[in-house]
Amino acid sequence: MSRSVLDLWVGVFVAMGIGAILFLALKVGNLVNWGSTPGYRLEARFDNIGGLKLRAPIKAAGVVVGRVERIKLDPGTYQAVVTLKIDHGYEFTTDTIASILTSGLLGEVYIGLDPGGDTKMLADGTRVTKTQSAVILEKLIGQFLVDKAANTGGK
Amino acid sequence: MLDAAATGLADGLRRLGSGAIAAVGRLGYATRFFVAVVRETPAAFARLHLTLREVYFSGVLSLVIILVSGLFVGMVLALQGYDVLQRYGADESLGILVSLSLVRELGPVVAGLLFASRAGSAITAEIGLMKATEQLSAMEMMAVDPLARVVAPRFWGGVISMPLLAALFSTLGVFGAYLVGVRLIGIDTGAFWGNMQAAVDFRYDIVNGIIKSAVFGTAVSLIAVFEGFDAKPTAEGVSSATTRTVVESSLAILALDFVLTVFMFRGIS
Amino acid sequence: MSDPSAPAYVTAAAQPDIAVELADVTFAYDRRPVLAGISMVIPRGKVVAIMGGSGCGKTTILRLIGGQLKPQVGRVMVAGQSVPDLDRDELYALRRKFGMLFQFGALFTDMSVYENIAFALREHTDLPEEIVRDLVLMKLHAVGLRGAARLMPSELSGGMARRVALARAIALDPMLVMYDEPFAGLDPISLGVVGQLIRQLNDALGITSIVVTHDVYESLKIVDYLYFVSEGAIIAQGTAADVRASGDAFVRQFVDGEPDGPVPFHYPASPYRAELFARA
Repeated sequence: MSRSVLDLWVGVFVAMGIGAILFLALKVGNLVNWGSTPGYRLEARFDNIGGLKLRAPIKAAGVVVGRVERIKLDPGTYQAVVTLKIDHGYEFTTDTIASILTSGLLGEVYIGLDPGGDTKMLADGTRVTKTQSAVILEKLIGQFLVDKAANTGGK
Repeated sequence: MLDAAATGLADGLRRLGSGAIAAVGRLGYATRFFVAVVRETPAAFARLHLTLREVYFSGVLSLVIILVSGLFVGMVLALQGYDVLQRYGADESLGILVSLSLVRELGPVVAGLLFASRAGSAITAEIGLMKATEQLSAMEMMAVDPLARVVAPRFWGGVISMPLLAALFSTLGVFGAYLVGVRLIGIDTGAFWGNMQAAVDFRYDIVNGIIKSAVFGTAVSLIAVFEGFDAKPTAEGVSSATTRTVVESSLAILALDFVLTVFMFRGIS
Repeated sequence: MSDPSAPAYVTAAAQPDIAVELADVTFAYDRRPVLAGISMVIPRGKVVAIMGGSGCGKTTILRLIGGQLKPQVGRVMVAGQSVPDLDRDELYALRRKFGMLFQFGALFTDMSVYENIAFALREHTDLPEEIVRDLVLMKLHAVGLRGAARLMPSELSGGMARRVALARAIALDPMLVMYDEPFAGLDPISLGVVGQLIRQLNDALGITSIVVTHDVYESLKIVDYLYFVSEGAIIAQGTAADVRASGDAFVRQFVDGEPDGPVPFHYPASPYRAELFARA
């Protein structure tokens, strides 16, 4: 095996390997969206975020416009404080409603933004005042049972 | 009779004890060996041609088995995955299932096991045979350190090849899953790739997978060169060293996989 | 005052010309004793044979001289330096002055004959390739294998491989060459060739040669002095003429090839009759 042939094969191998890594990064993963995409931050408070996780998508009209950046608990009001990172280029009215929704029955949890009719837009660092917490299945069932008991009891 | 049983038990315990001590001693010896090999790294790269040669023998010659295995694993994953997912109406998540399984686990682990049995055993046999035919002694007597010239290049050849092979395995696996899922079964190609891209994160999944394969590569290469260097210089010695390499490497990969997974994939939140 | 362990013909004037000296060397592998208080002197420029049965410690002596092993007791001096006390760099510097011919050659199987011999030259010198080429061809010519330069070790016969290994051993023009069983397994012609090469190279290059072997016939043709080792001790020594005329029982058994004598035929065992008629 002469040196040049060997070097050629090693070069081909390494190129293939790096190509595979690039393929995985770009086609399989989301490297294109990686890194600090420019955007601005909004804050939203919820009584219950349900299954919302970090980096969950933020959608408006079903289109992804940003990602959840941080989730904390406010020790004073015991509300969940969620930091929304919205891509530049999307602006929302000050009466936008932020709801925690589930895509499909078993799907992932995301934040849906429903803009209102106000003329003023939310600026970087401001808070979304209207929010709707997640629907917790157990509470629904509990509520249903209580209502049922109340109905049968009242009869 | 109780006497005999007692002595038998004592004997067994004594052997267990000395066996354990011997194992710990061997571990210490292996660690010193590892340090010595790593110390010779500059020499291995000064003679770049030596290391490239080993990348050829470990990596290029493993390509066929890795690519073919990756393809088949991906295809089977797609078949089995589809069978389960479609029961919950989640068949469009097939891309996510296959890609995450491959990138996070199957790529590094299965490629690592295949690498250990193909390249690891070859390295052990080669070094062991050189030891048995006194080539290593001859080199020593010619004032050339065999660690620098024979062992270190083979070690680094393995470490460099492993992540590349694991990436190729995962790539072929995804491609195989695409062939089965989209072409054969008929899942929507946009859903396949789109859902996959949304779920697979570069830093979290792919980079962690690469780190895993680098760790596995280091472990397998180290075990392979150590067992070869330590082999008894006879035919049986080399053969048992080769077997030990495959067994120890496989166990090391699986154990390290557990440890790394615990640290890496603790859930996103 | 002359050293009592030195061969008789080494005069006082020649004393400083001792290439290798072992003094009271004791060595054991783990718990198995191999050498017990061995002393020997190898004068510069001579061919000295170390003979003995298998497993008597001959190869161990070579390894002690080469620094691959350290004696538990005793001194190993080479060219005035104490080998066990050298650190790694000093030992490697000393080894560059050695050449060693291993049993069966120990050629590097992944390189050609040319590259095997060029190996030491490339590793230890900065000589340009043209000069390396000339040196390699010269060494190969000295052993008669210049035409085999491009062959791989697997394509060589036993005798040719041994000669290539010899050429490799003298590649850096060493001061001391050690031969580990150079005659083992060779055909009669190759035996003669290797023996003659050892003697001629020794005299032509002014080197010192130590030959470890049990081939009496070939050794007596070429060596200046012989040491007989058995069970880790030197039991006889002398020049080739001394040995041929010797009355020592061990030497006689060895030289004449008698099956029984001081080295017994039977491995220690219980009495024959008793074992045959014993109940299982």
